[in-house]
Amino acid sequence: MKIAVTSTGKTMDSQVDPRFGRAACFIIIETETMDFSVIDNENVAAAGGAGISSAKAVIDAGVQAVLTGNCGPNAERTLSAANIKLYTGLTGTVAEAVELFKSGGLTEAAGPNVQSHFGTGK
Amino acid sequence: MFNHILAQVNEMKIAVASGKGGTGKTTIATNLACAVARTGRKVQYLDCDVEEPNGHIFLKPDIKKTQAVTVDVPEVDLKKCTGCGKCGEICQYSAIVHLKENNVLTLEQLCHSCGGCLRVCPADAIKPKPLNIGDIEIGKAGEINFVHGRLRIGHVRTPSLIKEVKRHIENDYVAILDVPPGISCPVVEAVKGVDYVLLVTEPTPFGLNDLKLAVGLVREMNLPFAVIINRYGIGDDEVEKYCVSENIGIALRLPDNRRIAEAYSSGQIIMDVLSEYSEHFSELYVYIKSVKARIDDKRRL
Repeated sequence: MKIAVTSTGKTMDSQVDPRFGRAACFIIIETETMDFSVIDNENVAAAGGAGISSAKAVIDAGVQAVLTGNCGPNAERTLSAANIKLYTGLTGTVAEAVELFKSGGLTEAAGPNVQSHFGTGK
Repeated sequence: MFNHILAQVNEMKIAVASGKGGTGKTTIATNLACAVARTGRKVQYLDCDVEEPNGHIFLKPDIKKTQAVTVDVPEVDLKKCTGCGKCGEICQYSAIVHLKENNVLTLEQLCHSCGGCLRVCPADAIKPKPLNIGDIEIGKAGEINFVHGRLRIGHVRTPSLIKEVKRHIENDYVAILDVPPGISCPVVEAVKGVDYVLLVTEPTPFGLNDLKLAVGLVREMNLPFAVIINRYGIGDDEVEKYCVSENIGIALRLPDNRRIAEAYSSGQIIMDVLSEYSEHFSELYVYIKSVKARIDDKRRL
């Protein structure tokens, strides 16, 4: 299964970025082979709509699930409309997050877990 | 030709604004409207603070007409959609997103009604759909023509509703516009095109800080303005010093007076309760008129 993990860096040892919309980058992982690629997030400094644009980026990457720290309402709605599973509350490295996902130890988020603009530092 | 110009009465459009909230915009705006009405001039009061209008509490208008205000947001016919994604590419606010194939999501609250998505859609699959953002109520408060907007709870299109309120401005009426606090988009929309801005402040460090921001805004917009110091006598004299150093006129100093606060707290017009203050407000109007005349003279030269 192809999944996206929000990441502060470009390797599997990078820390999970706690923000979805304004994550530094998205690591796209094929969970069977653990092959991965990196998408730089163009929406880090977007004026608005970062969550939606980021959701669009991972949708276009063809993922079926997203692993992140926090996700706001607009991004959640966009992912959900595209039938992408969302898992929030992840910390630690990207590799650890993927392992946790593969072990079946994660529960799908029932909705957004933060308000809009959570990750803007305001 | 000349007679035609002379026959036109273009009365002043005065905005009452402030950087800081709670400085007394509505007190000044409603009392000024009453003072102008008492001179026999035709006057309108327009409450542009559409997120929390409160001028009606003091003017107690008899509302005669209510108009719903709508803005257009996109509605996508997914049967016609070819999934090209052009709508999402042109939208600057991510209010419309192409997901997969012909699945398009719209987020109405983020839409700014630019119409871009409608125009770029090659399949003609997007139509405008009216979204009700609020209401405008029109009535009479004594001799004053009263207009205010009320933004619906949960809606964010404040400037759009303010623009609609301002459509009710009439040339041959003195218009007093009650502006929302702050210096962001709703304020810019409300003060745009007025003849004069009154910046209400209080003589405290908070008042001064936000006054400076508001002065920055009106100067940027090239609008003539003066300052009103409300609750004069409290705090310090830094606001006055600032006005002197910046060459800003002080149009009125309204003293800090418990009886004014009491009149306010029971929704009364100050002039009705404390007749000694009616002079303050009629002088205020005279002040604005004279400053405006000077500005117009300069422009003519």
